[in-house]
Amino acid sequence: MITFDSVSKRYPGGYEALTNIDFHLKEGEFAFLTGHSGAGKSTLLKLIMQMEKASAGQVFVYGKNLNRMSRRQLPCFRRNIGVVFQDHQLLFDRNVFENVALPLMVTGYDSREAARRVRAALDKVGLLKKENQNPIALSGGEQQRVGIARAVVNKPVLLLADEPTGNLDPELSAEIMNLFGQFNQVGTSVLIATHDLGLIDRQRHRVLTLDKGALIAGNSDTSAVSEHDE
Amino acid sequence: MMSRPQSVKKSPGRKPVKANTRAAGNTGHSWFGQLFQQHQFVAVDSLSRLLQEPGASFLTWSVIGIALALPLCLFLFLQNLQQLNTSLDDAGNISLFMDLAIDEQALEAARLEILALSEVEEVTVITSTQALIEFQEASGFGNALDGLDENPLPAVLIVNPATDDIESLPALSARLQTIAGVDLALVDLDWMRRLYGIIAMAERLTGGLALLLCLGVVLAIGNTVRLAIENRRDEIVVVKLVGGTDAYVSRPFLYTGIWFGVGGGVVAGILAITAFMTMSGPFSRLMALYNSDFSLSWLGVSDLLSLLLVAGGLGLAGAWLSVLRHLRQIEPS
Repeated sequence: MITFDSVSKRYPGGYEALTNIDFHLKEGEFAFLTGHSGAGKSTLLKLIMQMEKASAGQVFVYGKNLNRMSRRQLPCFRRNIGVVFQDHQLLFDRNVFENVALPLMVTGYDSREAARRVRAALDKVGLLKKENQNPIALSGGEQQRVGIARAVVNKPVLLLADEPTGNLDPELSAEIMNLFGQFNQVGTSVLIATHDLGLIDRQRHRVLTLDKGALIAGNSDTSAVSEHDE
Repeated sequence: MMSRPQSVKKSPGRKPVKANTRAAGNTGHSWFGQLFQQHQFVAVDSLSRLLQEPGASFLTWSVIGIALALPLCLFLFLQNLQQLNTSLDDAGNISLFMDLAIDEQALEAARLEILALSEVEEVTVITSTQALIEFQEASGFGNALDGLDENPLPAVLIVNPATDDIESLPALSARLQTIAGVDLALVDLDWMRRLYGIIAMAERLTGGLALLLCLGVVLAIGNTVRLAIENRRDEIVVVKLVGGTDAYVSRPFLYTGIWFGVGGGVVAGILAITAFMTMSGPFSRLMALYNSDFSLSWLGVSDLLSLLLVAGGLGLAGAWLSVLRHLRQIEPS
């Protein structure tokens, strides 16, 4: 699903956020990405989302070489990836329903079909009754769940989350993790960046550990990486 | 088995959640129908956004409307001037003043001879008696003329040339001069040349002014749309993150530009109509002084429609410039 092949990311000014990263995430896999803040977790996710370009090496996501992706192909590529942000990135000028419907609107979904899918996603995160509310009126946990509903409404093949439980208490965090687990069970690959080690310990999933831009643990599947050399 | 990214795309029997199920809205509507639905939605949505801030929107509409009204009024004025020119078609005629002594038969013979010329379209006869009556009515010298023993006015033949080219008139005039019974052939070209000159200059002036003001409208709308883009930055970022294309992201702003333009066109139309309403009274009184029943022609329905079309087009152009310049710079980061 995701392959990093000797990937480095250097920002203008010389700061190297990621150094020579190699790893492979299989289709349907559930993995955590961890490390101290500033270790490069967000940068790694941004590379997958094509919000940043790798300075060196190659990134493959569901079979696509991101180095060779043109600007025109970008929207279509992103439609297959659901992203959950720590700060939710919800729009407060529209209600919960419209926020969740956004990924469907951009693809030109028929409105009835879209409504059906949005309600299914909201039902999944337990917010069906709040579809007409403005997300600003919801609690942090609820906002995060709206973000998750928006990320999965399009049935993405890959779900990325950047500190999805950052501001939540342990109970809510477990609930959110449980949700991710459910999506993973129906085949969605999941990669979650978090520094919440307690959360990771409770789950038996692969853990990729970053330290100062280098991958120091979790890159066990190196054989897969070499297969992708082109 | 799933380790090769390339195989992900092709391998059969994959789990239900896959990339290629992302084909948009496959529920019976045609691709065109969906696009139409989207456009309709965005068009209505961007208009209602403008109406939600009536004060700011009205200000923008007024600015655009005033900028458009000026060339519009000049254009209408010119159009009227040209119509006035055609209604003063007599000016292109050649007046033939006949010998005082000419009799009716000779006058008729001269008329037929002139009418036979290929350069001539029409000949109108004003006998000396008719001329006297007309002069008495128009000049106010009626009583003075009564005192004269005989009619001092000659008969006049008014020759309407077949051609509109005023430069060919002197040659025709010289030829008519040679016809028996013609005392004097008169063609007044100077004031016509001046009129044509003034109209041509006014056309240039209006054209130049219109170009400048339209450019101003495009830039004003571009700037307003830039502010709209800035105000909706968060939304643009999120839409781009969930896979909105550039076309999808720009659409609301292009429609905003169109609405600014169309609204400005409406204001310009109202201003122009008001201006003509205030002008038409004094104008017809002025025309009455010249014994003319010529009146100002108004904006027709087709004129108003083209005004809205042009204004909408200018709005679209301004928005497009702004989108091209600013929207690409907003990327998720």
